[in-house]
Amino acid sequence: MTTLRSPLHDEHVALNATLVDFAGWQMPVRYSGDIAEHQAVRTAAGLFDLSHMGELSIRGTDAAAFMDYALAGRVSAMKLWGAKYTMLCNDAGGVMDDLVVYRRDWDHFFIVANASNKDRVVAELTTRLEGFSASVEDVSAQIALIAVQGPLSAQITAAMCELGAEDIHAMKYYSASNVLLEGGIHAFAARTGYTGEDGFELFVGADEARAVWQLALARGTELGMIPAGLSSRDTLRLEAGMPLYGQELDEHTTPFDAGLGRIIAFGTEENPRGDFVGRAALASAKAAGSAKQLVGLVGEGRRSARTGYAVTDADGNQIGIVTSGAPSPTLGAPIAMAYVPPAMAEPGTVVGIDVRGRREEMTVTALPFYKRAS
Amino acid sequence: MANIPNELKYSAEHEWVAGDPAVGSVVTVGITEHAAEALGDIVYAEPPAVGDAITAGTVCGELESTKAVSELYSPVTGTVTEVNESLESSPETINTDAYGQGWIFKVEITAEPKDLLGSEAYAAITN
Repeated sequence: MTTLRSPLHDEHVALNATLVDFAGWQMPVRYSGDIAEHQAVRTAAGLFDLSHMGELSIRGTDAAAFMDYALAGRVSAMKLWGAKYTMLCNDAGGVMDDLVVYRRDWDHFFIVANASNKDRVVAELTTRLEGFSASVEDVSAQIALIAVQGPLSAQITAAMCELGAEDIHAMKYYSASNVLLEGGIHAFAARTGYTGEDGFELFVGADEARAVWQLALARGTELGMIPAGLSSRDTLRLEAGMPLYGQELDEHTTPFDAGLGRIIAFGTEENPRGDFVGRAALASAKAAGSAKQLVGLVGEGRRSARTGYAVTDADGNQIGIVTSGAPSPTLGAPIAMAYVPPAMAEPGTVVGIDVRGRREEMTVTALPFYKRAS
Repeated sequence: MANIPNELKYSAEHEWVAGDPAVGSVVTVGITEHAAEALGDIVYAEPPAVGDAITAGTVCGELESTKAVSELYSPVTGTVTEVNESLESSPETINTDAYGQGWIFKVEITAEPKDLLGSEAYAAITN
């Protein structure tokens, strides 16, 4: 399979980015340095090319009812211009992808899916369309996604606008708006992100990506914004306690296991919810309780736990597995997320990690590891 | 493009050797700029210990960055005589000065090194 290139590929090459193969795309893993990029997002801003993500457009008279049936959350209750984190589950209640849904009109929804799952999400949603007057369109190839993330992101993004700058400042976190960027470029601007900071995700036409990228650099560089790659994106989301599909989430994991049961809307007596895919299995899973629980871990040593490392008890027996781990630039300590038995999930519990043959200790801690000062 | 100084010798596992690589001499070992760039910001270095007997081509330590862990191979056979202790508090020196302050360990050679590369040969394998 040929690797796909972002519309911003030449920009990354010009910036001397280290490019890697990610979900079939050639994407920048870093530009200047992982830690510098991470810290820029925490203190000023980082500029991310996220054009590899999948974008789907859902329309039709039954669009809202269809979304309610197909996804775990009550999408039909979303306000116009709202954003919602939700999941696509299978019949057994396992997670097929985690998604952000934006409501662009009463009968028009915009879904952002993980690059690695995009095709499967399109196929599965299309199957679930049966009986609904609605359509699912994969618009990923036409759209570029550029994100400005960090405490100065509102200032920078507003400075990029010809029209709509006030909306950038005024909009609530997890909402969206249409803005007109300088040069007459239309952008769907969402106050969402994957870093734990304030931030804006700008969806623009793929052929306008380079102009928007350069505009962002022109407005943001003097304020300390630098381009940031996938490596810093991963340590930022890990510090923010956010799951990554393929590590914390997969088809053998329910939202409850991952501590995200709140995203499932079963409905109430006053406000019932109709059937949705996975409903029965999820209800059973909720009643039964999870056999594994996602926890945060923090270490005092220097060596980090990494994906797939065994979590062990005092006798060295494996009792769980690390899903993600890295040195935390903000905490100055190794952090990780892991699945452990519920009995070992209490904050303060000390567990062992098999780090390449040597035992390192880590302590269970509540997620997130980092929360921005609001 | 990563720098590859002419006066150093290199291993296929991206270490550099400074000094006369002959039996009885003490040489200095580090990793190349190419390797340091590939690893990213190094956050932890675990060199071999002083006194360790190490063998050319085998693992003698490890380097950890934000994104990855890399094994440190010895380019020569001998006994470790000194270790760069500043890397304990400043492992990132390997990124900022890979061929200078970022040296990792010194070793007294006990067997003739056979597979060391000159700068041109090393440049060829990193392209």
